[in-house]
Amino acid sequence: MATAAKVGSNFTGVQMSPKDTKRLLEAVNEIHPDVPGDERGMLVERTERSAEAGRIGSVPVPGSAKGMLKTGFDMMKGKSPEVFLDKLGERLAFERNGVRLYEAMIAKARSLDAGSELVGMLQHLRDEEFEHMLLVRQAIESLGADPTAQTPCADVAGVMAMGIMQVLTDPRTNLAQCMNALLTAELADNAAWELLIELAQAAGHPNIADSFVKAKTQEDDHLVKIKTLMRRDLVMQTR
Amino acid sequence: METISGILDNKGTPLEKQTFTWKEMAGQPISKLDDDAFTRVRIILMNGVETDALRLKHGIARFNRELRLPLAEIRRVEQHQATMVNWLIGADHSPLETTVAYEQVAIEVTAAVAQNEPDPYQGQTYRFGLLEDFDHLYRYSAMLDRLEGKDANNILQGYTDIVPGRKTSEHHRHPENDIRDNYEKNSAALITKIHAALITGAEYQTHDYYMNIGPLFADPLARQLYAEIASVEEQHVTQYGALSDPSESHMEKWLVHEAMEVYLYASCAEQETNPRIKAIWERFLDYELGHLNVACEWFKKLEGRDPAEVLAGPLPKMVEFKSQRDFVRQVLAAEVNLRTAGPAYVDKAKEPQSSLDYRNHLASQGLASDIVSAGYQWAPGGELMRKAS
Repeated sequence: MATAAKVGSNFTGVQMSPKDTKRLLEAVNEIHPDVPGDERGMLVERTERSAEAGRIGSVPVPGSAKGMLKTGFDMMKGKSPEVFLDKLGERLAFERNGVRLYEAMIAKARSLDAGSELVGMLQHLRDEEFEHMLLVRQAIESLGADPTAQTPCADVAGVMAMGIMQVLTDPRTNLAQCMNALLTAELADNAAWELLIELAQAAGHPNIADSFVKAKTQEDDHLVKIKTLMRRDLVMQTR
Repeated sequence: METISGILDNKGTPLEKQTFTWKEMAGQPISKLDDDAFTRVRIILMNGVETDALRLKHGIARFNRELRLPLAEIRRVEQHQATMVNWLIGADHSPLETTVAYEQVAIEVTAAVAQNEPDPYQGQTYRFGLLEDFDHLYRYSAMLDRLEGKDANNILQGYTDIVPGRKTSEHHRHPENDIRDNYEKNSAALITKIHAALITGAEYQTHDYYMNIGPLFADPLARQLYAEIASVEEQHVTQYGALSDPSESHMEKWLVHEAMEVYLYASCAEQETNPRIKAIWERFLDYELGHLNVACEWFKKLEGRDPAEVLAGPLPKMVEFKSQRDFVRQVLAAEVNLRTAGPAYVDKAKEPQSSLDYRNHLASQGLASDIVSAGYQWAPGGELMRKAS
């Protein structure tokens, strides 16, 4: 694998411009803040705005009333079935995004000539993310809900994933940086499956919970693989 | 370059040879970390110049059937020049980091222009606007630190001070106090016309950028901060736009704009430190000479005059892309309390009631620029580093 870091003319720090920094600090010492207070004012304002704000959106009504009454559908149960549905929507969005993350990672690995073994492994992980996506879709459909709807948690998951995708698709990022981005996704994914199984049980859907156990096991494997790869590569370069 | 008309013999690259591919337009960006901050300053500035070239030519085309095709032909090249230039900004710049860079452009370029400007009133106007953009940099730097936990100096690289200027909350004026007196086209120096076209274009770009990215933020304070500062940028476009003579014909304005583009690309090419980017500036300098020559031909045809009537006169040295810290500090010390009454510059105590009423209402439900910068003092690595030591 390519070296994860190189020495060069990075201009961003103060050590690169000692004279300018001295002048800048002189200005800071001479010209003081013109508004009293500190960052706590932002906290107050943000709290107020959160209290005033509406919501990101809603969970769609699960299916048609007619659809829901059909036999074969696992009726929506529990105190707040929409909470479970929202999290299912989130997982579907995350896994769908995960497939694209691995596809971007495969392109990166190929460009870095990282070896067919790595590409093969990434392909395998990508395919499992795809399986998980289908699994969640099936679970949503079994509840008579619409897997094509973007639930609020799905929307927020998309916001969270934006940075990870930016890292993976930037042609300038290296393998270690991309592995780190994937690790962020896999850590969240792993915890999310664990929670989802618990939620399925709490919502009274043992069949769904059982069907998710395999996905969780595979996600455990993803996490180990990404962590190991990253650690091995970086430790080797650092030693 | 001592005169523009002196280089009219150089026909530049013919329009039909000004070609691009999509891949080169969406080419490799500069390094946020390893390139000099002034490379980014030039990139942002020239994107502003090119987008303003498009804007002006669209405006002219609305009023002139005969020019529609030649203007469209040049605009197509300018569109692609703008793309190639703007796409040099890497995706690892957050919108807020790019904002800090935009303010660095506004400060360092306006300061350079203010010192080169021979007309005292126009020079005063640049100094006036300068202190406002200088303050915007401080507010945005506080926002960057307190929102993203980043140090604005990573972008500024020590060239530009991060301290309060004329307070942003006091920039909002009634429109009647944003109109400026214009230069007289027959007596103004060419460089005066070029400066007005340049700074208007640069501010326009900044305004449009803030209007586009402001809603991308989730944080209500960041959203409001962009709203507050975008409104000031609209005032700046108003004030700088008022500096040019409204009696200039469309053709005269076109000529001045092309001359400005030539002058700026020449300045960029002269001072660029990144060889790959320098090659772009040199290539586009030749393109601009081509555009200027087309404009001259149409000027002769439509107005039956010699372009030298508009483009004559000496040009000072190139725009200097360097830290203008000393000049900015002097202006800050001397002019921070200036305000405007109509087109006149007056002391704070004489600011018209119209502006005070206008801004008091706007601020009556709170000011993000005050909230985000309360007590903010820059420190190397950001304010948390100082608090920790």
